[in-house]
Amino acid sequence: MLRRPSSPADGVPVALRNASVVIDGRPVVRGADLTVEAGEFVALMGANGSGKSTLVRAMTGLRPLAGGSATLFDTPLPRFHDWHRIGFVPQRAGASSGVPASVWEVVGSGRLSRRRLFRPLSAHDRRIIHDAMEVVGLEGMAQAGISTLSGGQQQRALIARALAGEPDLFLLDEPTAGVDLPNQEALARALATLSERGATIVLVAHELGPMAPLIDRAVVMRHGRVVYDGAPLADHEVHSSHLGEAHTHHHHGDPRIDHVPVVASPLDPPEEDAR
Amino acid sequence: MTDLLDLFSLPFMQRALLAALFTGMAVPAVGTYLVQRRMALMGDGLGHVAVTGVAIGLVTGLAPTWTAVVAAVLGAVAIEVIRERGHANGDLALALLFYGGLAGGIFVAGVGGESTAKLQQYLFGSILSISPGDVAFTMGLSVVLAALCVGLGPQLFAVAQDHEFAKVVGLDVRFYNLLVAVLAAVSVTAAMRTVGLLLVSALMVVPVATAQQLTRSFRTTLLLSMGLGLVASVGGLVVAALASYGADVAPGASIVLLSLVLFVVTWPVGALLRRRQRLRLPFADEPADDVHLPVPEHTHQHGEGCGHRAVAHGDHVDYLHDGHRHAPHDSHYDEH
Repeated sequence: MLRRPSSPADGVPVALRNASVVIDGRPVVRGADLTVEAGEFVALMGANGSGKSTLVRAMTGLRPLAGGSATLFDTPLPRFHDWHRIGFVPQRAGASSGVPASVWEVVGSGRLSRRRLFRPLSAHDRRIIHDAMEVVGLEGMAQAGISTLSGGQQQRALIARALAGEPDLFLLDEPTAGVDLPNQEALARALATLSERGATIVLVAHELGPMAPLIDRAVVMRHGRVVYDGAPLADHEVHSSHLGEAHTHHHHGDPRIDHVPVVASPLDPPEEDAR
Repeated sequence: MTDLLDLFSLPFMQRALLAALFTGMAVPAVGTYLVQRRMALMGDGLGHVAVTGVAIGLVTGLAPTWTAVVAAVLGAVAIEVIRERGHANGDLALALLFYGGLAGGIFVAGVGGESTAKLQQYLFGSILSISPGDVAFTMGLSVVLAALCVGLGPQLFAVAQDHEFAKVVGLDVRFYNLLVAVLAAVSVTAAMRTVGLLLVSALMVVPVATAQQLTRSFRTTLLLSMGLGLVASVGGLVVAALASYGADVAPGASIVLLSLVLFVVTWPVGALLRRRQRLRLPFADEPADDVHLPVPEHTHQHGEGCGHRAVAHGDHVDYLHDGHRHAPHDSHYDEH
């Protein structure tokens, strides 16, 4: 039921040409070229601050491009409106809410890309939401409060939420960050199911862990550039310094994200927002 | 009792009842979205801003209701713009609006030669002197507010729950944020005559706080808070009417106090529910390791209704007693 295999006629899910993203005046992604074909499972890897999350957020339109172009299913991003074809799983479980919300409601909000205004959920909608919870192994927890779930379960709920829109393309921003091993394995099982059903998946990850066997292709970013694009790599290879660079220079100390100015004025956004 | 019925046969009492009924239902619906955004005090800020609007209306001879709507909507849009640009420090912006609005109102009223007594009607509500036209206005606004809050519930919920996801789902996040701000401004002015600008925020927020003691989902919180708001405003009006034989009780005050009483009554129930929920929470299902700790002697037979709490742990249950977690294994118990 959730199967929506994309055929080549649907177009190329993601194509970035010479894409650049500037945050607060600092270039964070520079001249990135990336094409993701239908049905591919691509891992976007790199160290903290390498621009991998920014790149995937640029694909969703959350970060405007400062240069270059991006197309989703052959439609330029500014003119793209088939949002039901995109399933986005953000990095963190949304900001804490002041009112309780059930798992069902959070997963159900993924269905909004296909719902009309002022219409109640149809029986079909309910079945899809139920199926989505089953894929990530959260069936039976529909009525539980989202805040009572563990971090790993919340992350699975966010994947179910993306799944509820029956998308063709999944964009996952570090779903395994801070998630324990059993939950990472549950996530890997859910992604394997999606991949088998023909979904195209772009996974941003610092380390792959149990996801490693699922990957078709690895893309590695460093300092905002794509430095490797090819066969899957083992976790330790990603961080080896000679990868994709003709010459190497060593930076000492913590690789801090340098595009974030420290601000403390009352009306400035807090630091975490300048991702 | 017959006294009460006599009282409610008076036209001004009937008008007050209608106004209380409709605002009591609609205002907490908007409040739910403000509480969800952790902007519980926004209604209060808008109430203060509306004071300036009322004063301008009184001084210029325009209808204070409409000038208050305009001022509150402008204030709401200002707060929303500040929030959009600077999230965490929005409370400071709120404070600036609070004091600017209230001081502006008193200043304008003074400059125009209006007595503050007239302003007071709006500050503390005057539901008993509400005119038929105002009742129709209040009822109309309340119906629109409640319909939008319930009808657009899924969209408004998603935007506040995770605005980035909502954007990728294709929702116009900025539009919905502005819509909530404008709904809040309108509900402040709708309830201005019922409970007064200084107390309106209580009617927005307290029923929501009460409802979430008992609920686990957003939708039930929304609907229950509307019901509680309705009970509190009608009940508060009745209390004020009964008290009117002995003392002069402002209905606005009794409405807010009654909704606070409802909260105080519900809170222990909520605390109990949360405690029970925490105790029933399953233990983490860590991968099985080789550690195997059989319990030496155990004369007690664990089972359903054995008097010990049973908590789910992976594919079985652990029985809790005296700081132990005993899981049945073959013919003995293991310490888990």
